[in-house]
Amino acid sequence: MYRYDNFDHRIAAERVAQFRDQVRRRLSGELKEDEFRVLRLQNGLYMQIHAYMMRIAVPYGLISARQLRKLANIARKYDRNFGHFTTRQNIQFNWVKLQDAPDILADLAAVEMHANQTSGNCIRNTTTDEFAGVAPDEIVDPRPYAEILRQWSTFHPEFAYLPRKFKFSITGATTDRAAIEVNDVGLQVVRNAQGEIGFRVLVGGGLGRTPVIGTEIAAFIPWQHILTYAESIVRVFNEYGRRDNLYKARIKILVKAIGIDEFRRQVEADWKFTKDGPGTITQSELNRVSACFTAPDYEKLPENDAVVAALLQSNKSFANWHQRNVSAHKVPGYAAVTFSCKRTGVAPGDISAEQMEAAADLADRYSFGELRVTHMQNLVLADVKQADLLALWEAAKANGLATPNIGLLTDIICCPGGDYCTLANARSITLAKAIAERFDDIDYLQDIGDLDLNISGCVNACSHHHVAHIGILGVDKSGEEWYQVTIGGNKGSPASVGKIIGRSFSFAQIPNVIERLLQVYARERDEGERFIDTVRRTGIEPFVEFVYATPVAVDEKLLLPDYEAQGKGLPYAVSLYSPRF
Amino acid sequence: MTTTGQIIKNKSVVDDDWSLLRLAEGDAPESVAVPAGKVLVPLTVWLAQRDALLHRADIGVWFASNERVEDLQDDAAKFSVIAVDFPKVGDGRGYTIATRLRTRFGYHGELRAIGEVLRDQLFYMQRVGFDAFAVRADKDIHDALNGLSDFSISYQGSTDEAQPLFSRVERGVAR
Repeated sequence: MYRYDNFDHRIAAERVAQFRDQVRRRLSGELKEDEFRVLRLQNGLYMQIHAYMMRIAVPYGLISARQLRKLANIARKYDRNFGHFTTRQNIQFNWVKLQDAPDILADLAAVEMHANQTSGNCIRNTTTDEFAGVAPDEIVDPRPYAEILRQWSTFHPEFAYLPRKFKFSITGATTDRAAIEVNDVGLQVVRNAQGEIGFRVLVGGGLGRTPVIGTEIAAFIPWQHILTYAESIVRVFNEYGRRDNLYKARIKILVKAIGIDEFRRQVEADWKFTKDGPGTITQSELNRVSACFTAPDYEKLPENDAVVAALLQSNKSFANWHQRNVSAHKVPGYAAVTFSCKRTGVAPGDISAEQMEAAADLADRYSFGELRVTHMQNLVLADVKQADLLALWEAAKANGLATPNIGLLTDIICCPGGDYCTLANARSITLAKAIAERFDDIDYLQDIGDLDLNISGCVNACSHHHVAHIGILGVDKSGEEWYQVTIGGNKGSPASVGKIIGRSFSFAQIPNVIERLLQVYARERDEGERFIDTVRRTGIEPFVEFVYATPVAVDEKLLLPDYEAQGKGLPYAVSLYSPRF
Repeated sequence: MTTTGQIIKNKSVVDDDWSLLRLAEGDAPESVAVPAGKVLVPLTVWLAQRDALLHRADIGVWFASNERVEDLQDDAAKFSVIAVDFPKVGDGRGYTIATRLRTRFGYHGELRAIGEVLRDQLFYMQRVGFDAFAVRADKDIHDALNGLSDFSISYQGSTDEAQPLFSRVERGVAR
């Protein structure tokens, strides 16, 4: 992975010193909250319901065992022993004190980490494929480019106060696992007919209140020019993006308003001043950064491990895990393993300090000391010998990280929702728990197969419900929490925006609504067809018809006092189900 | 009319005798009176009264954040001072206005940030080409000066230093 040189260290140290002084001035009253707000946001600090939340960058999701141990340490020292992985492959801590924030940044800098630009109207963490570098369908490893983008966008002086946040995503594989179609800028590494590397560039994708699939602005930008080209895109956005309405400020609205052709014309008019200029990436810089992403010392192994093959026949629970949590690797005899952070009863994406340490130890032992945070809020060990899978599975199980549900219904993407977030209309985590409990049957889940279920507590769509096969959105109706359901969304290859099935439901109805949707799927599906494929083939009508045919019963259990007590608006002093409380 | 009193210029606090003309309610760019002395006028006033103001050497112009450098056309070089207004900290259009003035229109005179100009934004403002800062009046201008030295190096090129870090220094490799 990328390692800091002296310059990176110096910049990180100067950032810590800068923020330490800003916090000092805030605590002394010298800085008012409205002046401080933009500063803290660009250091990852949000004000939430209970405390400050700090979002720490995990650049393009790549993290070392040493760094993960540091996060465990931070969780213990400054939080309540937990962290929470996010859909931008970052990690959040929910119980941070303002006066501790500079020390946390200093702790992070010691292990080459930071919280730069994880919030605010600036360029955010670039996301990428969690299987970058190991995926069999990869054309070019996107990570060196992601790192080059990270450095370019870090403290970019022109783009710290954009109309709205700005997100890059990059993939180098044929299957898009980085959701490039729903980012402000999506980059797909491609080779042209001459074999040269460049980027297909999409612009104006995004979710939130107005979901939009990105549009191609350029079919091929040679890699040398990607920074100057990206700079022109952001510059035009900075000038012309709307600033009068928060909900219309993203680049997708600008591109829609003026059209892709006019937007492209403006970008190219600006780019002609900088193309081939000093911002052009040099071969030596690409080489330097790429040298950090070379393949580890793989052993020469047979394509498939015989012991694993036998176990798949004899050990059903290992086979279940293998089917969902083990992915193909480009090197014979290796596999990529996903640790599930979606155990029933735990907030999706939550990980304890002990689990972080266990995962770090396992990465050291089995995966060259590196891990990846996924946008699905799980953890990946990307370079595991197949021969080690059994031992790794046992160890992951012992640490609650081996739930065999990757890509299944209970691998729910979930925002903090009404339990934590001031923006939310409704609870997300609690609903995720109710759903996970209802469908906590691995055979049933396996039978249903691939299914993305995402829950967002409000229209800001932090959980990307628009591009979930089943999307659930918390809405506010006269101060009460209700949930709108969409189906048919997909996050990539190709991306699509889900359609609303009809009027919304109460919290206690949702598990039954999902059950009805799955009944229609089970009835309608062709052999081997995934839920999303069935919805695409039949349209949403059969689902709508069945779900609304008769009144949907409430799940009585969810009305019991201990569930009721978790309702939004009630005092948060009550004990919520999350172990953090 | 307001005078700015003291400003930061070329990294030190100096007295300043430019006054700033902001249109009041009812003022029209064509008819507002431009007083004698060193005056920064709104771009709209410059464009509306260009013929009358053209002979005055003591006129500067200021951009609102929603105005375009292109509107000044070839006039940029006529001014010894151009200012850009930051109506609020979060309105970052001024950074691009400055970038364009410096790198596309070849403006070499004083480029002054006015409006919500605070210590913690000065470093980025300086990078995109501002060399003068009318720090908001209620703030300690000497304290604000510290904001210019928050960082000693930067990754990317900008107006102040066109070369990105990777072209300027010998960067380390993985250890």
